Amino acid sequence: MLFGIEWDTSSDLAFAISILPILLRGMIVTIQATFLGFFVALVLGLIFAALKAAPLKIISWPAGVLTEFIRDTPLLIQLFFLYYVLPEYGLVLPAFLTGALALGLQYSAYTAEVYRAGIEAIAKGQHEAARALNFTSLRTFTHVVLPQAVPRIIPAMGNYLVSIMKDVPVLSVVTVLEMLNVAQIVGDRTFNYLIPLSMVGGLYMIMTLVASGGVRWLDQTLPKRGLSLK
Amino acid sequence: MHWTEYLNPLMQGAWLTVQLTLYSTILGAVLAFAAGIGKTSHNRIVKAIAVTYIEVFRGTSLLVQLFWLYFALPILGQTVGLDLRLPPVVAGVLALALNIGAYGAEVVRGAIQAVSKDQYEAAKALNFTRRQTLWSVALPQAIPEMMPSFGNLAVQNLKDTALVSLISLGDLAFRAEQLRNFTQDSTTIYTMVLFMYFGMALVVTALMKTLERYVGRWRSARG
Repeated sequence: MLFGIEWDTSSDLAFAISILPILLRGMIVTIQATFLGFFVALVLGLIFAALKAAPLKIISWPAGVLTEFIRDTPLLIQLFFLYYVLPEYGLVLPAFLTGALALGLQYSAYTAEVYRAGIEAIAKGQHEAARALNFTSLRTFTHVVLPQAVPRIIPAMGNYLVSIMKDVPVLSVVTVLEMLNVAQIVGDRTFNYLIPLSMVGGLYMIMTLVASGGVRWLDQTLPKRGLSLK
Repeated sequence: MHWTEYLNPLMQGAWLTVQLTLYSTILGAVLAFAAGIGKTSHNRIVKAIAVTYIEVFRGTSLLVQLFWLYFALPILGQTVGLDLRLPPVVAGVLALALNIGAYGAEVVRGAIQAVSKDQYEAAKALNFTRRQTLWSVALPQAIPEMMPSFGNLAVQNLKDTALVSLISLGDLAFRAEQLRNFTQDSTTIYTMVLFMYFGMALVVTALMKTLERYVGRWRSARG
């Protein structure tokens, strides 16, 4: 029994059906962790991208090294680091929040690159035209750069959302009850790992197919030449 | 304990991490070429196998694949009367290679399909067989294009090896957790481990850059 739901071990099929609601409970946590981690990655990534683009070397260089360091070290170790080291400095977070923070931190190094590439892809002529029209640099950014950068950035971000979803099972090591952890517990208690773990694989396939379908749809729907401001 | 005393056990773990990375990257590259070329095949069965492999391993989580191979496969073996219990090293290398191979396959396929149409037409005009076209015309031009992505995947694979610690393989991540349990000195240990992974990633990147320069000569050879 898990989450107050009993399983039925009379046959393989009955077992699979009876544990499906339990796995779906885990799936909800997986989805929550995915979106929270994604949100953190979007915000932190934007900060890193801005710091890396700073005109002062003393700011942009450390920011570049730090994102490289984050990108080149495993999520699992970053997660352990946050989970064990933050409390030593008095910051005690629930496992779920620590996990989402670790996911966001790891992927912020990737999203920073997406922001940078999206903004740098705007042709120089666009900046010159905006200057010729006497736009302030803020207005150039909000009315010229952003409307063209956003449709480029969104599909790439969507791909990282899918990647984050596939990394959520790592959070099981700090006791987050996401889908894989739930399946492991069912396996531990029934000595049948085959059915729950295979079901998790199948459910993951469905989630990634739906998510990447959504990303492809966004990619096709967003106007290639920029969002209309009217 | 002074931090230098952590070095010895951590280095032992790092050595296993290096070996795991090496073996799974090589096996993964073989799988990537097999599945990537298979996906461009005109044989429907070969293509279906390649597509299924790529979709399944890209569509699910690495940790799920690892746990499935380690915990679920033996039970599947039992029901069909085979002993499919894998030692942790084999399960680890296999899961890492299968996972990275599926991502690499898309890189291989993309690079082969990016070779210009003229090249294929010229090969046909010279009466090359399909196999000759692939090995002598398409691949020598495609492989240099794959290298930057392969470099990223190799670093990704190095990072992913940390997950095998969860099936009790004594890699760097596992040794770190052991030391932490023993000494409770998390800050020092995990800071050291992060820098060790970072160092290894820099070495992998440098090696892949060297390899990239080496195969880059194939591109200019067609002159």
